[in-house]
Amino acid sequence: MSVAVSIKNLDVVFGKNVQPALSLLEQGKTRQEIIEATGQVVGVQNASIEVQRGEICVLMGLSGSGKSSLLRAVNGLNPISRGELLVQDGDQMVNMASCDANTLRHMRSKRVSMVFQKFALMPWLSVLDNVAFGLEMQGIGKDERRRQAMEKLEMVGLDEWSNKLPHELSGGMQQRVGLARAFAMDSDILLMDEPFSALDPLIRNQLQDELLELQRKLNKTIIFVSHDLDEALKIGTHIAIMESARIIQHGRPEDIVLNPCNEYVRNFVAHTNPLNVLKGRSLMTGLDQLERLDEMLVLNREENSWFNMNADGQLLSAHRQKQALQLHKWENSSSLNDLNEGTLVIASPDISMRQALEIRYQTGLPVLLQEASGLVGVLRDRDFYHALLGKHFDTASA
Amino acid sequence: MNWLTDHKIPLGSWMELFVDWLTGNAAGFFDTIAISLEWLILNMVAIFQWFPVYVPIVMTAALAWLLHRSIGLVIFVVAALLLILNLGYWQEMLETFVLVLAATTLSVLLGLPIGVLAAHKPWVYTILRPILDLMQTIPTFVYLIPTLVLFGLGVVPGLISTIIFAIAAPIRLTYLGISKVPEELIEAGRAFGATPLKLLVKVELPAAMPNIMAGVTQCIMLSLSMVVIAALVGADGLGKPVVRALNTVNISQGFEAGLAIVLVAIILDRICKAPNAKEEA
Ligand SMILES: Nc1ncnc2c1ncn2[C@@H]1O[C@H](COP(=O)(O)OP(=O)(O)OP(=O)(O)O)[C@@H](O)[C@H]1O
Ligand SMILES: [Mg+2]
Repeated sequence: MSVAVSIKNLDVVFGKNVQPALSLLEQGKTRQEIIEATGQVVGVQNASIEVQRGEICVLMGLSGSGKSSLLRAVNGLNPISRGELLVQDGDQMVNMASCDANTLRHMRSKRVSMVFQKFALMPWLSVLDNVAFGLEMQGIGKDERRRQAMEKLEMVGLDEWSNKLPHELSGGMQQRVGLARAFAMDSDILLMDEPFSALDPLIRNQLQDELLELQRKLNKTIIFVSHDLDEALKIGTHIAIMESARIIQHGRPEDIVLNPCNEYVRNFVAHTNPLNVLKGRSLMTGLDQLERLDEMLVLNREENSWFNMNADGQLLSAHRQKQALQLHKWENSSSLNDLNEGTLVIASPDISMRQALEIRYQTGLPVLLQEASGLVGVLRDRDFYHALLGKHFDTASA
Repeated sequence: MNWLTDHKIPLGSWMELFVDWLTGNAAGFFDTIAISLEWLILNMVAIFQWFPVYVPIVMTAALAWLLHRSIGLVIFVVAALLLILNLGYWQEMLETFVLVLAATTLSVLLGLPIGVLAAHKPWVYTILRPILDLMQTIPTFVYLIPTLVLFGLGVVPGLISTIIFAIAAPIRLTYLGISKVPEELIEAGRAFGATPLKLLVKVELPAAMPNIMAGVTQCIMLSLSMVVIAALVGADGLGKPVVRALNTVNISQGFEAGLAIVLVAIILDRICKAPNAKEEA
């Protein structure tokens, strides 16, 4: 994997002469002290973060924590007061902090496009011409840009609406036009500033799914601002949490939920639905904790079910009430309908809690977790209850 | 107190000196403007006159239909124009129309860039505002005198006075429209790599278009309200018979010419306002 956006020690300060604020920052003054001393607002302070290609990186934080300021620095809409912000441009990396106006325009029209919270569609242009807007800025001819725009409109399922004006569409549709407009640029990096927060929950969910679907096909690099943790957990491959202009934690969703670094993050994740975040690995009971009888490892003593494995950790057989159990290796493509009651499923430790629970519901049996190196653990009812009651979060915060 | 009244500040003489200086040093410049504008206007009137009368009538009716899709308006336009023809003010009506057209075109051509500049550079607007206020409040006759001196008698001083009076509308409304463009649209433009020129042409001007069009309509109406004053300095048109009627206390002529002006005003107003009104609805 290669790095698409690399940010090092980035400061964003709003105001004309930012030098005094920057030196105060160096002296370790807080944002509040700097506002009082100089009247200048620190939007982002000493942010460092790397976004890999194909990743969806979600910036999270309370209002005013500097998410938008950081995001908008990536395409130069906000000034970069100090530090380095590299964006991939073909084989090289362009420093947005120091590039000239032409390079900046090149980056904006070819490499980085943006989706806005309030859609920001041109009210006098038809839906089709709105999608073609970015191409028009590049000077592409009318027929060609409309042809390309039509493809993107089909992609978001709005081709029948191409001649309508934006205000004739619902909010959700308008934001799909916003998405299509960004996709039309064929840029590798998408910036999205709370793109779905102006929409009602149902539509929001639907658009999140569509975005994930499109992302699977197009494999863009997305930086996504959200203040909704469930949204972040759903779509983010990585999450960066911001608090008063600083990035205070950056990691995989599950890491953040399980190991919040301070009280602020803990409050954020306190009400997470574990079904959406936790993976088999953090739920499971390790093999070493299972009860052993000779070569047999006990799954459930009351039901008298057990399994055994060879020295390499490969499953040999499993039994319940002396009857051999049917085994099923769970793949991404597997369907719950293939499972019967009494089928023992072997899945990857990366399986989501939601899916594991569905398997458990369908088969009535625990789920075995297996890595390339062999079996690693098992998901039993007690593990699920533990997570559902939020006890993972408790131990993490203790 | 005596001291105050005895030492009168010679503001008036200064102005006179300034105008004298202009006529002395830039006479060629003002003459060129006067001659070319006059040539333009006379030729435009001649072109309109060259057509048989029904051509302008049909064209105006067609325009009304295209913009407004209202049979009522078309009937009104045709009836009003026929009435003017019948009253014998066709020639004057054409002259007035051309004067208004020229004044509006020049006002918009000058006013639009000034308005855009003012919206982009706050200091320009700071300077501009008192000037615009002055141009609209100062009695017309006051600047009629220097324009008369500079450009001589005829249609040109009338045109210039009309522009001075009417240009504030397009400047103000362009300024308003451009400053009101939602920030997010400008950002969208920038985020998609627009050059400053493209941003102006493809985002700011279209977004400000309803305001700009309102400015144009206002400018037309203001220009039309100046026809009588323009006639005082020798501009041809519907103002002339009004002035003549005033001098000879001729009630019937005054009424007819006045009616013709009102009809032209209503026609222009209805035709220009139609597209705007639709957008706002
Ligand atoms: N153009 C600007 N000029 C001055 N201050 C600004 C500007 N943009 C943002 N700020 C300030 O920077 C701080 C961070 O703002 P930012 O918009 O990045 O927050 P955010 O995390 O996106 O919040 P929200 O969730 O409300 O959008 C705020 O205090 C804001 O007032
Ligand atoms: Mg924001």
